[in-house]
Amino acid sequence: MVKITISDLSFSYRSRKILDDLNLEVRCSEVLGLVGPNGSGKTTLLKCIDQILKPKGSLLLNGREIGEMSRQEIARFIGYVPQSNTSSSSTTVFDIILMGRRPYMGWRVGESDLDKVAEIVDLLDLDDLAMKDFNELSGGQKQKVLIARAICQEPQVLLLDEPTSNLDMKHQLEVLEIVRDLVKEKGISAVMAIHDLNLASRFGDKLAVLLGGSIYAAGDPRSLLNKELIRTVYGVEALVVKDLDKPYIVPMRSLNGRSAG
Amino acid sequence: MAITFGMVKDRERNRGRLKEEYAKFVGRKVLFITLSVLIIVALAGVAATLGSANLSVKEVYTAILAKFLPQYFHSTWFSETIVWGLRLHRIIMGIVAGMGLAIAGAAMQGILKNPLASPFTLGIASAAGFGASLAIIMGAGFVGGEYLIIGNAFVFSLLASLTVYGLAKYKGITPETMILAGIAIMYLFSAMTSFLQYVGQSEQVHEVVFWMMGSLGRSSWDKVKIVTAVTVLCLPYLLLKSWDINAMGAGDETAKSLGVNVERTRVICMMLASLITAAVICFTGTIGFIGLVAPHITRMVVGGDHRFLLPASALVGAILLLGADSIARTILAPVILPVGIMTSFLGVPFFIYLFLRRRKEFW
Repeated sequence: MVKITISDLSFSYRSRKILDDLNLEVRCSEVLGLVGPNGSGKTTLLKCIDQILKPKGSLLLNGREIGEMSRQEIARFIGYVPQSNTSSSSTTVFDIILMGRRPYMGWRVGESDLDKVAEIVDLLDLDDLAMKDFNELSGGQKQKVLIARAICQEPQVLLLDEPTSNLDMKHQLEVLEIVRDLVKEKGISAVMAIHDLNLASRFGDKLAVLLGGSIYAAGDPRSLLNKELIRTVYGVEALVVKDLDKPYIVPMRSLNGRSAG
Repeated sequence: MAITFGMVKDRERNRGRLKEEYAKFVGRKVLFITLSVLIIVALAGVAATLGSANLSVKEVYTAILAKFLPQYFHSTWFSETIVWGLRLHRIIMGIVAGMGLAIAGAAMQGILKNPLASPFTLGIASAAGFGASLAIIMGAGFVGGEYLIIGNAFVFSLLASLTVYGLAKYKGITPETMILAGIAIMYLFSAMTSFLQYVGQSEQVHEVVFWMMGSLGRSSWDKVKIVTAVTVLCLPYLLLKSWDINAMGAGDETAKSLGVNVERTRVICMMLASLITAAVICFTGTIGFIGLVAPHITRMVVGGDHRFLLPASALVGAILLLGADSIARTILAPVILPVGIMTSFLGVPFFIYLFLRRRKEFW
C-alpha cells in the first residue's frame, strides 16, 4: 500500500529553486533513504513533506491531499525528528517525550498519554534517563529521545533528518535498528535523509538520490548503487563491493585531483 | 514461554515505576505552588499589620473574615476601616501586579526563547513612561481627570507592542525580529521621554521620575478590580497554550511538526502578556525586575514546563512584590520608599544566591 505520493513537487526560496518537480512514492513498511551531496535538497524535502515549508505540487498521505489537513492532523500523521537537538530551557526526558502527545491532548495529561510515554521509554531502554535533564544527555541519547518523541505521536510516517550525524558507530547502528524495527513492526513508513551511503544502503529498502533539487535516480540500493552513479553525483571515484547482501561503497578519491589517501 | 511471561511482568512493573516517578516529580511542583499560596496569605496578613496604626495579625485576619462571614467573625470598626479602607487594596494590588508582571515575563521568555526577555522587552515600559510624561508635562492625553496619566501609559504601552508586532510581521514573526524591533521602539520612546524631560519644569520632571520608579501607593479598590479583571481574563489562554510554549522551546520547526500554529500562538501570547503588563504598569508605574526574575527563580525550582511555570511564577512574583512593598513601607518609616527600588534590593541577592547555588543548568 502506498503511504506518501509526491507529484510535481517544487519549492523555491525567494527566487532560488531548491526542489524541482519531484515525483516519489513511499510504501507501507518501507524505509526510504534520501541521499545526495550537501545542498541537494534532502532536508528541504523532509520539511516540505511535513509542511514546515509550503511547497508547490501535490502531496498525498494515504490518498489525502496534505494541504487540506490541519496542523494538528498532520502532527498525528507525521513524526519529524529534526537534526538540531536543543531545548531552550531545562526539561526532563519524560516531558520531552510527553510533548509527542501534544497533537492528542489538551492542557491535562491523561492516563493513556502517560502509559504511552512509559511504554516508549521502556521500549527504547531510556528508563535510566527518563527523569534526567535533556540538555545533559550525550548526542546519541538525545537522538534516541527525539525519536521516542516522534514515535509518541503514533505517526504513520516517520521523517528523520541525518539521524546518525555526530553519533559513534554503535549508536548509529542502534538508532537505525530502532527505526527499521519500528517500521516493520508497526507497518509505518520512514523517510530519512542520510549522508552515509553504506548505512543508507543497508537500512534503506529504497534509496532516492537527490542532485541539485531533482531526483537523479531512485530504487533498490542493490541495483541503484554503482561506480558511475557515485562519480556523477558526488564526483568521487569509489569501489562498489557487491559480495554482501547490499552493496558496500569504499570511496577512493575525489575527482578534482586529490587522492583520499 | 515462562521467560516471555516473566519479561512481560517485568515490563509492566517497569512502566508502573516510571509513571510513579513522574507523578512524584509533578507532585513536587504542586507542593511548591501550594506552599507559595500559603506564604502569600501569611505575608498579606503580616503586611496588613504594618503602618502607624497598631493592629495584630489576629485583628487583621478577623477584620478580613468578618466581611465575608459576619455571623462567625466580629471585628471593630477601627480595624475594619484601617484594613479594608487603607491597607488591603494596596496589598491586593501588590499581589495582583506581582502576578501579572511575572506571568507576562514567563510567557515572554517562553515565546521569545530568551532568558533576558521580560514584560518590558517589547518597549512597553518606555512607552508607558512616555505616555505618563506626556500627561504630566504637556497635560495631553486620551482621557481626562484622574485617569489622564493612567490612560496615556496604557494606550502607549499597547501602541508599542502593536508597533513591534507590525515590524516583526513584515520580517517574519521570530524571536529575533521581535526582540530587535522591541529594542528599537524602546530607544525611540526613551528619547522622546528625555526630550519631554528636557523641556519640562523641574517639579514636573520630578513627578515623571517618581512615576517611573513604580509604586503601589496610588492603588484603590477600583484600580485593583481593573488589574485583576485583565489578568484573570488573559491567564486561561496562556495556561491553555502551555504545551505549545513548551514545544516552541524546542524550536519553531519542532513545534510546527508537533501541530502548533507557531506564529499565531506567539502573537496572541505576546499581545496578552502586553495587555497584562500595560494594565499593571499604568497604575503602578514601571516596576522592573519582577517580570524578569520571578520566572527565573521559579524555573530553578519547578523546571521549564510552562503548565507549572506560569502559575508558579505568578505566585513567586506576588511574594516578591508584596514582600518588597512591605519592606519599602517600613524600612525608613514614616518615609515610604517606591517599591520599584526595593524589588531589586530584595530580589537581586536572593536571585544571585539561587543562581550560584544551583549547579544544574536551568535555562
